[in-house]
Amino acid sequence: MSEQKIDGFELKPGFKGMASDTGSDQTMFKGVHWGKAMMWIFLLSDTFVFSCFLISYMKGRGSTIVDWPNTSEVFSLYVGGVPVPLLLIAIMTFVLITSSGTMALAVKYGYEKNRKMCGWLILATAVGGLTFVGMQVFEWSKLIHEGVRPWGNPFGASQFGSFFFMITGFHGFHVSIGVIFLFIYTYKVFAGHYESKKRGWFTKMKGDYVEIEILGLYWHFVDLVWVFIFAFFYLW
Amino acid sequence: MSDEYDNNKSYQAQSSEVMDGSTGSVNPDIDYVRPAEVGEQDLYHGHSFIEKWVFCQDAKVIGVQYFLTAVFTGIVGLILSWLMRLQLGFPELAGFMTAEHYYQFVTMHGMIMVVYFLTALFLGGFGNYLIPLMVGARDMVFPYVNMLSFWMFFVAVAVLMASFFVPGGPTGAGWTLYPPQTILEGTPGSGMGILLMLISLSLFVIGFTMGGLNYMITILQARTRGMTLMRMPLTVWGIFTATVLAMLAFPALLVSAIMMTLDKVLQTSFFMPTILKAGEVLEYGGGSPILFQHLFWFFGHPEVYIVALPAFGIVSDLISVHARKNIFGYRMMVWAIVGIGALSFFVWAHHMYVSGMNPWFGFFFATTTLIIAVPTAMKVYNWILTLWRGNIRINTVMLWCLGFIVTFVNGGITGIFLGNVSVDVPLSDTYFVIAHFHMVMGIAPLMVIMGAVYHWFPLVAGKMLHEGLGKWHFWITFLGAYSIYFPMHYLGFIGVPRRYFEMYDSPYMTSAVGMNEFISIAAFIVGAAQFILVFNIIKTLKTGKKAEQNPWKANSLEWYTSTVPPKHGNFGERLPVVHRWPYDFSVPGAKDDFIPQTTAPSEVIHTEVEKT
Repeated sequence: MSEQKIDGFELKPGFKGMASDTGSDQTMFKGVHWGKAMMWIFLLSDTFVFSCFLISYMKGRGSTIVDWPNTSEVFSLYVGGVPVPLLLIAIMTFVLITSSGTMALAVKYGYEKNRKMCGWLILATAVGGLTFVGMQVFEWSKLIHEGVRPWGNPFGASQFGSFFFMITGFHGFHVSIGVIFLFIYTYKVFAGHYESKKRGWFTKMKGDYVEIEILGLYWHFVDLVWVFIFAFFYLW
Repeated sequence: MSDEYDNNKSYQAQSSEVMDGSTGSVNPDIDYVRPAEVGEQDLYHGHSFIEKWVFCQDAKVIGVQYFLTAVFTGIVGLILSWLMRLQLGFPELAGFMTAEHYYQFVTMHGMIMVVYFLTALFLGGFGNYLIPLMVGARDMVFPYVNMLSFWMFFVAVAVLMASFFVPGGPTGAGWTLYPPQTILEGTPGSGMGILLMLISLSLFVIGFTMGGLNYMITILQARTRGMTLMRMPLTVWGIFTATVLAMLAFPALLVSAIMMTLDKVLQTSFFMPTILKAGEVLEYGGGSPILFQHLFWFFGHPEVYIVALPAFGIVSDLISVHARKNIFGYRMMVWAIVGIGALSFFVWAHHMYVSGMNPWFGFFFATTTLIIAVPTAMKVYNWILTLWRGNIRINTVMLWCLGFIVTFVNGGITGIFLGNVSVDVPLSDTYFVIAHFHMVMGIAPLMVIMGAVYHWFPLVAGKMLHEGLGKWHFWITFLGAYSIYFPMHYLGFIGVPRRYFEMYDSPYMTSAVGMNEFISIAAFIVGAAQFILVFNIIKTLKTGKKAEQNPWKANSLEWYTSTVPPKHGNFGERLPVVHRWPYDFSVPGAKDDFIPQTTAPSEVIHTEVEKT
């Protein structure tokens, strides 16, 4: 690993580097934007939120008196009269993971100051997220039509509906917030706010392409959480 | 040891740090500090009254806003405690109070004092005011989010207070909100009251997250030149670690609040088992009440340290300044704070010994609980060793600090009783528990808050609080608090249960009645004594004598601002450059008995300062 310097401070690799960064003045994470550090710590906190949800789910599922519904039946779609388990979820997951890819590319083009490409890729990410939310709405309405409610369902333990709607709802809420911000940033990038150093509407602060990376961190996190929800709800 | 400090070596070889670093390049300039990594912070200065004082983005104003809002809720909590004591001591005078009222007062008193008063006061109040000043930053790193944080807290308080006025009143389920009875009919406030409580808690968590991110990033990424982590005042360390705890513990509260809200509103059964009510089976079934207890205490125990760690940090600074001595074992103090914080995540189930856990579980949690006593005891020893042979000024601030040490040791020792399963089981849910946690996390942190108010008031308002009134305030509070809580230990030992509206004809009655009257009278007096401080503040603001800059001769950066009180932006044209820790007091060979953090090494080259 090549050694780098920031303002006369030598960045060493490995554990030694971590120790010397920690022992230094001014910043702990050298060269890391405030907002980026904030997003990482927020995500750590949010990880605890989702962990609490998923651990509660495991505990709840483990201790119900009625059997848990057979998830590969409940979540299957009928294609030409044949039940295909996990079909919808596979598509949803694919769309969401793809949107993570476009987000990563948007970050890359953003740092290259390629405004147009960056904007289009954020827009693509937003559309991907919106598609995901749309499919989630479809799935919810399908389950509700089949009689699944937060307080009970015809397939088994009532906690199935409770945990399903709560946790996927909380995740869908995260995705929706992300989509709203993706659209806002699409506008900001296309309008060239980062080039003209236009101040933010609320915060009155000047922006930078690092904001795209911060948004990207959030988006990747939401995708990662989905992988866990997918594993715990649909594969278990 | 001789009286003269002739053995200079003990002063020189304290630190393991080497000035030159391991790069091998010896810098001839001993005053050298690396240039700034981050450019000047872009600050938005408010223009109108609303932008300057209401929706203000200056952390100092936000800190004062947090402080005043928290004090308001604290006064509500105090009045509730008076009403409770009136019922317990003189039930014949409290004819207006039903058992339902009493439970509601117990619940709201607990929740208000722990979350909305102490947490908000330490982190929101002192954190906002002191962090940027002490680490040498112009402001918090995200001033706008910081402003939102306060207003979210304000809305949370408004929602909480609104629950007093809804049909059925506030929730009366006890501050722990244990299901299933919390949301079942028959518990006071099981309708709108509990709903507003859960909403308010969720809003508090959201608001706190916004503030907490600010505190953490400001400390990690926005320190001034020369300010290493190990040169930060312990106040900042305490608040920082408490914030980390809060960021990791509040998620459990948020999740349990969301799940209980759904249990209440949508009839889900996360926490609700099958319940028979008047011979009828309710809609609920299959949920786990113990799950709530785990989630709640995974938040609840770190919460104790969220309140205690800032108090530990602040009191360390106050003792050091007013004993004119460096804090004994600074690094040990830092690691003790961090260690207590880490351990606090592994002790939560000691609140659940009577919940019916596997006995081995209790054994594990008893062990971790007792291990926490080790770093805590280290801190107490270090405070005492800081006082040892110090040039102690017995002023109001020091009195509060000494009161804190005694009270904290007292409450800590009863904590060791309660940490053991076999001792806890008979003492559980008695007045002994009340005495324990009020001593350790009620009175002790409160003493630090009082000390801190007397200490930093000259900075915030530019005027000195009246010492005489302060001493009256201290002695009444200190003696009064002991009059309240010492007898409660005894009440607990004879088995008087807590949260009981009345004792009826129980065998405790004979010995408990007189004691309850005594405790109640003491509680009225102590509560009233707090208004001495309110009076003192109002009087001082009107006619108090003007404070000189740095009246306590402290070293930390908050006293070295360009103006007192500091303006938006905190420091003048240039940010201060830090060369040392804030504890260089009574250094042999130095001109004064304190060396500010900004003093360059070349100015004190012939003194015995420690390398920090």
